Amino acid sequence: MTGQLDPLTPVLTRSWLSPRSWTLKTYEELGGYTALRTALTAQPEQVVELVKAAGLRGRGGAGFPTGLKWSFLPPLADKPRYLVINGDEGEPGTCKDIPLMMADPHLLIEGCIITSYAIRSKFCAIYIRGEVLHVIRRVQAAVREAYAKGYLGKNILGSGFDLDIVVHAGAGAYICGEETALLDSLEGRRGQPRLKPPFPAVAGLYACPTVVNNIETIASVPSIVSGGVDWYRSIGTDKSPGTKIFSLSGHVTRPGQYEAPMGTTLRQLLELAGGMKDGIPLKFWTPGGSSTPLFGAGDIDVPLSFDDVAAAGSMLGTTALMLFNETVSVPWAVMKWAEFYKHESCGKCTPCREGTFWMTGILRRIVSGQGTMEDIQTLDDAAYNIFGRAFCALGDGAATSVSSALKLFRSEFVDLVTGVTPPVIGRREMAGAH
Amino acid sequence: MRPSQFYNGNPPEPNPRMTVPQYVTTGAVFDEDIVRKADAIIARYPQSRSALLPMLHLVQSVEGFVSRDGIAFCAERLGLSEAETSAVATFYTMYKRRPCGEHLVSVCTNTLCAALGGDAIYAALSQKLGVGHEQTAGEPGAPGSVTLEHAECLAACDLGPVLQVDYEYYDNQTVDSASEIVDALQRGEVPTPTRGAPPAGFRAAELQLAGFFDEPGQDFAAAVDAPSAAPETLRGAQLAADRGWTAPAMPEQPPAFPALPEKK
Repeated sequence: MTGQLDPLTPVLTRSWLSPRSWTLKTYEELGGYTALRTALTAQPEQVVELVKAAGLRGRGGAGFPTGLKWSFLPPLADKPRYLVINGDEGEPGTCKDIPLMMADPHLLIEGCIITSYAIRSKFCAIYIRGEVLHVIRRVQAAVREAYAKGYLGKNILGSGFDLDIVVHAGAGAYICGEETALLDSLEGRRGQPRLKPPFPAVAGLYACPTVVNNIETIASVPSIVSGGVDWYRSIGTDKSPGTKIFSLSGHVTRPGQYEAPMGTTLRQLLELAGGMKDGIPLKFWTPGGSSTPLFGAGDIDVPLSFDDVAAAGSMLGTTALMLFNETVSVPWAVMKWAEFYKHESCGKCTPCREGTFWMTGILRRIVSGQGTMEDIQTLDDAAYNIFGRAFCALGDGAATSVSSALKLFRSEFVDLVTGVTPPVIGRREMAGAH
Repeated sequence: MRPSQFYNGNPPEPNPRMTVPQYVTTGAVFDEDIVRKADAIIARYPQSRSALLPMLHLVQSVEGFVSRDGIAFCAERLGLSEAETSAVATFYTMYKRRPCGEHLVSVCTNTLCAALGGDAIYAALSQKLGVGHEQTAGEPGAPGSVTLEHAECLAACDLGPVLQVDYEYYDNQTVDSASEIVDALQRGEVPTPTRGAPPAGFRAAELQLAGFFDEPGQDFAAAVDAPSAAPETLRGAQLAADRGWTAPAMPEQPPAFPALPEKK
């Protein structure tokens, strides 16, 4: 299907070039908040059915069908329902939600209102990581404008529907991107994941039925309401419809945000981005952040959709395409990520807390030329023993970067251990070592 | 302590890897204005405890870090124990346990930024300031004092290597440009960020993170309008505009919503 489409298909990014794109004035001039008016003419359950039929899948990494998630809420009881938006973007390589919220916060707000209407929620919290002050400012300003214009508050546009939105700043914890950790954090606790089930749909914020969705997911909702199912499904692949913001970073000539149909390949994106920087060939890349298994240079024709990337042995994740050229040592890169996971592990479960600690130590030893062949085996074992045994996906992410690197680039580890290649770092020069 | 074969009669040396910085007691008094702000935060949420994270940001806006008194203040306002409150404060990287400088400089040293020069930038700043992670050059809080930290991914990977001053972005940095930023901060100047408003100091940033944007000395409208779109941000949108590429046209009128499935 993507063959008939233009290589880039701006939907979420279509207003980014407009002057003062973050203001209500610009947003309305470009047709903003008409999707909300349309949605308010339907029954809330019809909006859920629409998003289900459109096949929208969560953009936060897991790719879970969004409409299905909404439909998991139990029948209305005496408990309130909540919508919580996950803007805790912090997965290494991921940088799509931050520019989206800065450039077009009203698109997010409109998506929040439509979604809240669909799931019959009267309170929505937008949880944004704390380190992005300008984003928080822009979203806060948009919320104020929306209140002033009657898009938020009591009896929205005369529909009888009420909604309040609170913008909530996090405080520096990657784990809060995990939806149940985010809920605990939003409740004023340490951000540690909860045992599932019960899932948030049943017992989420304040133990009430809750939907947690990513920024880009919710920002996709207004266009689905305006364009309809057939329009949305005319973009992307059958099982991964729609557009996606691909974030190209690293050793590429023109890094940046490229919104293209789902199923676009890295080869196509690289052509748009001017190829590898200085012509130095690609060595390895991540399809969706550091938690997704590495791809090598031979994988650049994998269609970047949820199912195609999974079939090729990785995960689409957040479509954070980090490109590393041949000058970068794989064991070093993996060591830096391991340090990150060790720092960000919440400490709740043993495999992740202890495993990330030991993997970091072993990797430092290998990278500084002190490792042994046994270390490589121990590293492999540690990753194997974390994967699937940790409380949440953070442990899996920590394990997959290591195990995929050992699978694809084992010789680099062996060469460091046997002295064929010199140490990448001295024992003392490890900036960022925690 | 129970004597053991390793115990030589002297008090054991603290293991530097095991020591945790203790909360400092400052005797700070949180005045009526702060109490009013704390209550305003509490009023935002269906349940009061949700106010704890913003309230800790509020405490930092007063003291430049979270003191023992700040913990007690939050605990008292929320009806929590101090232990519950400090358990939360210690979990999050952004809550500082030692007084912070006038400005906080955060250098991303995660893999991608590091590969592009982030490690070198951090090392250079560390050497230049003579401080390590979460340490301050100058008297904390005094004009020109700078706290350095290495940060995890700051979600600006297309603009790496990045650093932040008081959580505003300085993109595409080099050792030289980062050094110039720090020089300027130490001279009391405020270099213009690539994206975001000119940083007004760590405490001012924390006040905004607590959700207060309209206080004396703040110009919210101007700050909101500060730049946000780097060329990298707009690359795809610009390329599509240049080449005339668009998404398929939407129908003139939104199609009808699906009929609801019949109730069983």
